[in-house]
Formats: sequence, C-alpha cells, structure tokens
Amino acid sequence: MIYRGKAIKYGDNINTDVILPGQYLNLTDERDLAAHCMEGIDSDFVNKVEKGDIIVGGSNFGCGSSREHAPIAIKASGVSCIIAKSFATIFYRNAINIGVPAVECPDAIDEINEGDILEVDIEKGTVKNITLGKSYNATVYPKSIQNLINVGGLVNYVKSIRGVN
Amino acid sequence: MGKAITEKILSDHSEQKDFKPGDIIDVKVDFLLTNDISGPVAVQEFEKMGDGELFDNNRVAIVLDHFTPNKDVVSANVSKTMRDFAKSKGITHFYDAGYGIEHVILPQDGMVKSGDLVIGGDSHTTTYGALGAFSTGVGSTDVAGIMALGTTWLRVPEQMKFVLKGKPDKWINGKDIIVYIISKIGTDGALGKSMEITGDGVKYFDMDSRFTICNMGIEAGALNCIFNFDEITEIYEKNAGVSNYKIYKSDEDAEYDYVMEINLEELQPMVAAPHMPSNGRPVTELSDVNIDQVVIGSCTNGRIGDLRTAAQVVKGKKVSPNVRALLIPGSREVYLMALREGLIEIFTESGFTVCSPSCGPCFGGHLGILGRGERCVSTTNRNFVGRMGDKSSEVYLASPAVAAATAITGKITSPTEVA
Ligand code: SF4
Repeated sequence: MIYRGKAIKYGDNINTDVILPGQYLNLTDERDLAAHCMEGIDSDFVNKVEKGDIIVGGSNFGCGSSREHAPIAIKASGVSCIIAKSFATIFYRNAINIGVPAVECPDAIDEINEGDILEVDIEKGTVKNITLGKSYNATVYPKSIQNLINVGGLVNYVKSIRGVN
Repeated sequence: MGKAITEKILSDHSEQKDFKPGDIIDVKVDFLLTNDISGPVAVQEFEKMGDGELFDNNRVAIVLDHFTPNKDVVSANVSKTMRDFAKSKGITHFYDAGYGIEHVILPQDGMVKSGDLVIGGDSHTTTYGALGAFSTGVGSTDVAGIMALGTTWLRVPEQMKFVLKGKPDKWINGKDIIVYIISKIGTDGALGKSMEITGDGVKYFDMDSRFTICNMGIEAGALNCIFNFDEITEIYEKNAGVSNYKIYKSDEDAEYDYVMEINLEELQPMVAAPHMPSNGRPVTELSDVNIDQVVIGSCTNGRIGDLRTAAQVVKGKKVSPNVRALLIPGSREVYLMALREGLIEIFTESGFTVCSPSCGPCFGGHLGILGRGERCVSTTNRNFVGRMGDKSSEVYLASPAVAAATAITGKITSPTEVA
C-alpha cells in the first residue's frame, strides 16, 4: 500500500492529551472527535487538514494515555498515515488496529518541512519526500503485524480466527 | 543464562519459548480490564467481531471511574452502555460509580494477583507490576480482541534494571523515586521496554509506594514496570485474601540492557514541573511557586498509605486561604479505612474538600478543573498541557506529603518545613 499526501509536522513527545483532550473522551462519534483533533497543540489543524495528508512527528509520538479516541480522531480527519522517529507503544498498536499505518522513519523526519509532499510505501519500507526529491528507509513491519494490516485491522483479524464473516 | 522476572512470566503465558527482545509473541491473558473511556469503543468493536461470546465472563472487569458519578448526559449514556453490556454478558466484575479507581480496586480486591498476565484498556495498567505480575495497557480495539479471544500479541521488551540502595528519608515516597528516574531517562527512556525495580532499598517501600512507582512506568514509555515477589508482596496478597498466586523472581544472572543505581540516602522529595513528567526537580528548587489548587488522590497516590502520610502533615493545621484542597480517596474501601482511622476528620477540619472516589480532575474530567493560568500541585501522574483544564493552566506532580505541605502554605513546600 502506498500513501501520498502533504506533511503536517509536529515535534517530539506529542501526547494523546493534546491530540484529543480529556474533556472530549465521553464522545464516541468519530466526526465529533475529528472536530477536536490536535486541539491541545494546534487549533488550526482542523482547518488545514485535507484528505490523504500525512502527520509527521518526532520521537515518542502518541505518548500518554491509551485513548483510541486519538488515532480515531486523526483517521476521521482524513489523515492517511503517520510517520515519526518513534511511536509510543499503545498508540502504535491502536493506529494499526484501526487501519492508520504508523511508520517509523527516523532518517526522514528532520528534513521534512510543513507542506512537503510525501509518499510512504509500507510494504517496501520507504518514505519519499517528493518535494525534496529524496528517499529514506523506514522500518518494515514484522510479518504478523503486516498480516494484521493486510486483513484490514484487528476486527477482521479476529473474525478470520473465529471463522465468521 | 538466567532470566528476568518479566521474561519468565511472558514465557509461562506463551507457547513460543525461545524468544528474544523485539520478537512478536502471542500470550494468554489472565485478566482484562476496561472502563468508561476505553469501554464504549471496545464494546462497539467487539460487536463487529462476530459471535458476541466473551472469552471468560469471570476474567473481565468493567470499572466506571472516569466520568462518574456522571457529570452530564453524554457521560450518563456512556455509563449506561457499559452497565447494559456487563449485564447482558454476565460480567461478574462490574463496578459502578463510587466503587473506586480501577488500578486501586483490582489489586485491593484480589482480582489481579502475583504472577498474572494482565491487560487493561488504560495506560496505567502497568500498576500491577508491583505485585510481581506482568501488566500493560492497550486501546479499545485490543480490549475488544481480548474479550473475544483471551489472547493478544506483544513485542518482547528489552530489560532495564533500577537498583535502589541505602535507606530513604522518612518523607520519601514511591512518587519521588519514579519522578527521579523519569527525570534521568526521559519520557521515552524506556520506550517499549521492561523496567524492573530491585535492590536492597525496595524493602523500605510498602505496596502502596510500589503501586505508585509501577503506575508511572508508562510515563517513561515502558511496556511494563515490575518488582520481584518478596515478603511485602506476600503480606499484601494475604490481606487481599489471595492464595492462588504464583511467585516469580529474576535470576541472579539475568541479563539487562541497562542498569541504573539510585542512592536513596541522597534522594530529596521530587516535583515534576509543567508540562512533562520528566521535568522532575528537588522540591527545594521550586519553593517559591504559588499554588491555587492541591489534589490528593488518583490511581497513583489515592491509597490508604498516601492518605495516612498526607494526614500526618496537615493534622492540626489549616489549608491556606489561597488554595482549594481536594482529597479524593482511591476507592470506597480506602474512604472507609480513612473514616475509621479519623483521617477524614483531620482533612475536613483543616479545610480539604473530600470527594467521592473517582478519577476526578486527574485527566480533566470533572471535580476540580483548572481555569486560566491556574496552578495545581497534584499527586496524579501527568502534567501535559491542558491535562487538568485550561490550556494555560499548570500541573506540578508530587507525593502526598509534598502536596499536603503545599496545601498548608500555598506554595510548593517540602513536608519537613511544615510537619
Ligand atoms: S486516576 Fe487518572 S491516571 Fe488513573 S485511571 Fe483515572 S484518569 Fe487515568
């Protein structure tokens, strides 16, 4: 799967409290959640995000609480994938489970500017910065995780194990 | 070559025996937790997963602790969803508003025990490592998957060891240890790894302090944080009425990727300044900071040991007129113990407001939200931007003793200055 979109860039340690503040955790509709996405750090995000955009983070992206509301809000905003130097463990699982690829590509991050056009190939493990004309190696998912992504996330995976459609 | 406690527990819960750090393994889950935040989304995803059967209705806990007693209609409906789900699935461990905070009640009631592999739909599920158990947090869809299968996958963590040496001062709490460690290794210092707390010094920390330490392992990014089973664990399990636990300890020759020694003799009470749990500094360096609110409670420091320490500091003194002081016992059981021991009277007389057991303002839910530019000293575990209210408000993380001393003076204060 290849994702192409423009970069929206943040720094290190972007935590789930700023991605989706706690006061909205009683919401469950993904459109309601998307309306508050990144509110704690970037109130302009909801205005500038376009379908297919790629969020770029530094190290430890998604640290803090286990709230799946955070990646759900990101996905519902139209973001196609997230690349970062590293991800917090729980966020990484959540993103994959709901079908937003989280790709580790430490080498690409520092040179990316807000608005650059990026192309991420998750099977090959590459990130291309089209604007700069450069290509970088990203971490390839272990086979079992790639399987999870291929079937479309954890819901489909559990269904396949249980033999239900 | 020997094995570390975490590797032993993982090995006993997996069919894959020959694993190394970085490998992905499937594990059997002994106990699963969810709440009124991760629960509703988990229920939604669980319903999509097919036959609607739980892996085991006796090994899932649902705790309504975040927005309870419900603060508004939306939260009330969320609670109702979880209540109805628990009833329809015959979930035996269902705890409604006021019973207590998940990470306080699960060990307290013996639902989780030494040697277990516990997964929770909450990042602070790392807490139960204090019992010599493996425990870690996941999100809602993972909760749903475990509800269905009773298994999940984990990436095998690298091993880190933190060795406590010497005897600490009387006011040192588990909070000071963990804030100190995070100030040294950073919020991603243990990313995806296992933190083991060991050394002769662990004998000075009771289970309440150990829960505090493991609770905040996640603030360094750890997959889990764990103590070896010892006499202190044994007594705790006995008091919780648990007998069928399993004892795990690291081998002497286990290998670690990282070892840090902590000299307890030199450790001062620590405060984590805004806006990262890694901004820890000795309390004396922050002594001129004025405070508007003090919160004592949460899954980090809302246990009876925490309340006893704080009561010792405030006894016979009055809360500063510039401070709103809140005491939120971590569970109904803790509340009752505090009541019987006369602690509730001490707090109330000194000017604290005692709230019903709940997460309260810890994550910005309710009961003590901060306004513009306000500052709070809190015994909770996170001080991210806007965590407890307005984006311009500030949270300083501290032990119950420091929080109590601060409530009295209205400035960040070491307990030695007040008690
Ligand atoms: S007390 Fe705070 S950290 Fe603990 S479970 Fe509740 S919201 Fe989370």
